[in-house]
Amino acid sequence: MKTSLDQIKSPAEQIDSSADKFSIVNISRRNFLKDFALSGFVLAVGFPSLLLADETATSSEPDKYGADAMPHGWVDNPLVFVAIAEDGTVTIICHRSEMGQGVRTSLPMVVADELDANWLNVKVQQAPGDEVRFGNQDTDGSRSMRHFFMPMRRVGAAARQMLETAAAAQWQVPVTEVHAELHQVIHTASGQSLSYGELAKAAAKLPVPARETLRLKNAADFRYIGKGGLKIYDGQAMVTGQAQYGIDTRLEGMLYAVIARPPVFGGKVLNYDASAALKVPGVVKVLELNSSPPPAEFNPLGGIAVIATNTWAAIQGRKALKISWDNGPNASYDSDNFRAEMVVSSRKPGKVVRNDGDVDAALDKSTQRLSAEYYAPHLAQAPMEPPAATARIIKGHCEVWTCTQAPQASRDQVAKWLKLPEDKVTINVTLLGGGFGRKSKPDYVVEAALLSQAMQGKPVKLTWTREDDLQHSYFHTVSVEHLEAGLDKQGKTVAWLHRTVAPSISSTFAAGSVHEMPAELGMGVINVPFAIPNLRIENPAAEAHTRIGWFRSVSNIPHAFAIQSFVAELATAAGRDHKDYLLELIGPARRIDPRSLGDTWNQGESPVIYPLDTGRLRNVIDSACREAGWGRTLAKGHGLGLAAHYSFVTYVAVVVEVAVDQAGKLSIPRIDIAVDCGPQVNPERIRSQLEGACIMGVSLATLGEISFKDGAVIQDNFHNYQLTRIDDAPREIRVHLVPTTEFDSPLGGVGEPGVPPIAPALCNAIFAATGQRIRELPIRDQLLKD
Amino acid sequence: MITLTINGQSQNIDLPADTPLLWALRDYVGLTGTKFGCGMALCGACTVHIDGEPTRACVTPISAAAGKTIVTIEAMDQDAIGKKVQEAWLSQGVPQCGYCQSGQVMSATALLKQNAHPSDADIDKAMSGNICRCGTYTRIRAAIKQAAGLAEIKS
Repeated sequence: MKTSLDQIKSPAEQIDSSADKFSIVNISRRNFLKDFALSGFVLAVGFPSLLLADETATSSEPDKYGADAMPHGWVDNPLVFVAIAEDGTVTIICHRSEMGQGVRTSLPMVVADELDANWLNVKVQQAPGDEVRFGNQDTDGSRSMRHFFMPMRRVGAAARQMLETAAAAQWQVPVTEVHAELHQVIHTASGQSLSYGELAKAAAKLPVPARETLRLKNAADFRYIGKGGLKIYDGQAMVTGQAQYGIDTRLEGMLYAVIARPPVFGGKVLNYDASAALKVPGVVKVLELNSSPPPAEFNPLGGIAVIATNTWAAIQGRKALKISWDNGPNASYDSDNFRAEMVVSSRKPGKVVRNDGDVDAALDKSTQRLSAEYYAPHLAQAPMEPPAATARIIKGHCEVWTCTQAPQASRDQVAKWLKLPEDKVTINVTLLGGGFGRKSKPDYVVEAALLSQAMQGKPVKLTWTREDDLQHSYFHTVSVEHLEAGLDKQGKTVAWLHRTVAPSISSTFAAGSVHEMPAELGMGVINVPFAIPNLRIENPAAEAHTRIGWFRSVSNIPHAFAIQSFVAELATAAGRDHKDYLLELIGPARRIDPRSLGDTWNQGESPVIYPLDTGRLRNVIDSACREAGWGRTLAKGHGLGLAAHYSFVTYVAVVVEVAVDQAGKLSIPRIDIAVDCGPQVNPERIRSQLEGACIMGVSLATLGEISFKDGAVIQDNFHNYQLTRIDDAPREIRVHLVPTTEFDSPLGGVGEPGVPPIAPALCNAIFAATGQRIRELPIRDQLLKD
Repeated sequence: MITLTINGQSQNIDLPADTPLLWALRDYVGLTGTKFGCGMALCGACTVHIDGEPTRACVTPISAAAGKTIVTIEAMDQDAIGKKVQEAWLSQGVPQCGYCQSGQVMSATALLKQNAHPSDADIDKAMSGNICRCGTYTRIRAAIKQAAGLAEIKS
């Protein structure tokens, strides 16, 4: 394999070429090095972390938090992540999926900084699904940087030290006399230098330095980290139409497929007539896929697949199918009825999940009692690129190209469904045209693999149409949040009761689950950071009748909407300024052990390293309000609304300015969003994520709703599942990042925490502007005067 | 057989006449820069220029495009204004996932060809047919203004 990376078409092909070797754990060190040298790279892509598991870094079971607690943890072996060719090209593997958060820029940038590589000579190569080699690849939970900042720093530092050692050996000087600087190693005393390319082969023969011997850069020496100076790695490809998404895969002899899935979750095909479909020009085959019994997991939904010579023919063929469905047990799911049921549940005692003081007694004694119910509907993630996957099977090896947030789960599922050993399944990860949680569930990847199998291994590209995407997603839950509070004579909140009612994501994995799991309760409900002596959280049961799944920010959305709206209502009732009242509820700056709130989950992070820091929450509230000019005089019909929310171990506060005209038309001149996510590795992409979060938050608050009738989703495309467009988007978004002073403190999430406070801040602003309180999302035409 | 002129090249397309241009481009010709988003002219991801007009390829049958000049995102860097738009997109760091940006660039380029100095209202009108789920609208607006040579108002 004497070659350059440019000649290698598919990263997976290259990596897979030695896949068989990888399974042999006891490969000899000698052979390992021989292959290594032959590769022509210092640090060749394609060496399994398994080989070095005993001497370098892989995750370990004893630790329980953060990356350590994720499946397959983390890997910081430079041999896995970095290759340096003799021409000096540094190739850095990105093992997390790019879906717009900028991870293919930001993670390799961290490696490049510690390596002191010249970014202009860096190439990024996407890892296939293989967590044993790369560490956890589930790109969700806003944790790529949080979990891999330090491992990637170590990857870069280790590679740099190998180059320095090689140079020192060549010059026969102590390694302490040389240093790496922008793609070369320099011996200052003699004025000699060697480029990384020149050092490639020699460094290849060196052992990976032990982790405790790594010298990480001081923050002051960072070249890229914290600067935000780099352009998006894939930007040029994206604006010229060259970027390759899952839906863009093209293979020789490829067929194209769409599937008619059961309209109701749990339904199945009774019978079908394909005769008309088969007459559509281009249709090659029609076949039935079995439905799967509950729980949904990542199983395909079943249905009738149409396979054709192009996508349009497949779509036309599907239209011509005549199918009778057995709609199954969820055939009566109806969003209006279900909402009414949830409201009834929310008014009765439910499973108590946190209980401080005596809420009932405090409510009885209070001067003012308030209660409110908030409704937030199902949502579909609706990434602009719908789910898509292409699979082929050659000699018992299934290779897939797909846009997935879950490369390893995709691999596991394909292996399971095709009854193949895992090493006979390759998942090539393309760019994702948006994910937002939808592409964490690889049901569509399995579908493509099954269709290829049914076509004797021929390459088959499965495309989900927009109708498929909106009607068969793993939907964001639907919820009723019932809140009650008691105020004392001074207007201070002395009692707080919150009943949260929502089908749980756990129902997708364990049929019959009716309660929110710790990870859902820990999204702002159970860990509500208020200093209220009497506080009770209840979670009445709610049954799922569709596939419930992750949507960017997950349960934080309904929870923040209800809590942050209710606080504004309490402030109004108490005759107080909302900001002052919110700060008073939060109480003094303190670090709360989340376990003391009953939050055993804590976003998967250590409660010691990641306490709930009310000082940081107060600080972002102050910052957002200061920057937004809280209290300033506004034009008629304008209003400012505030909300703050802690999620994904990041603190966010938002002030939205709205304008509501006399006809009730809403516009949003400006949003100020203040964020404390700990150290900011790529502030430019952090800003873009938060701008996007503001717009997605506005979109779901004003327009977003998936609803069911007779078990099926009513909405089917962007005319009835509307998304915010440029003319209704906030005109100005100002992102205020708490300045980073050092990089040793723990990182927070970025992708998701901006979304939850937007809806309540928007609704609070509408109240300020109009006196109208929105308790039901989406806002849609609630403000319109007729 | 229908003959189309795509990015200056003549292409014979052996597909039924009612096949949308989008699928002819993507599946038959192999130009995948034009994206599928909705199939109903609701999202703008499939925007191409037909005789200079921004057009949704997903609802344009190839029969209606025959004999006309079709330009796709793949040729935008050879277009003076298209290139300016692309540069402004990169300069402002517009793309997140990037999927809708082909269509956004096509719509923005068409706008600037017809109106060298668009107002905010002009931008709203020309760009509201293009959905971006990542929410890059504020940067899209800034990039259009940059490409038009207008100073983005920063207060």
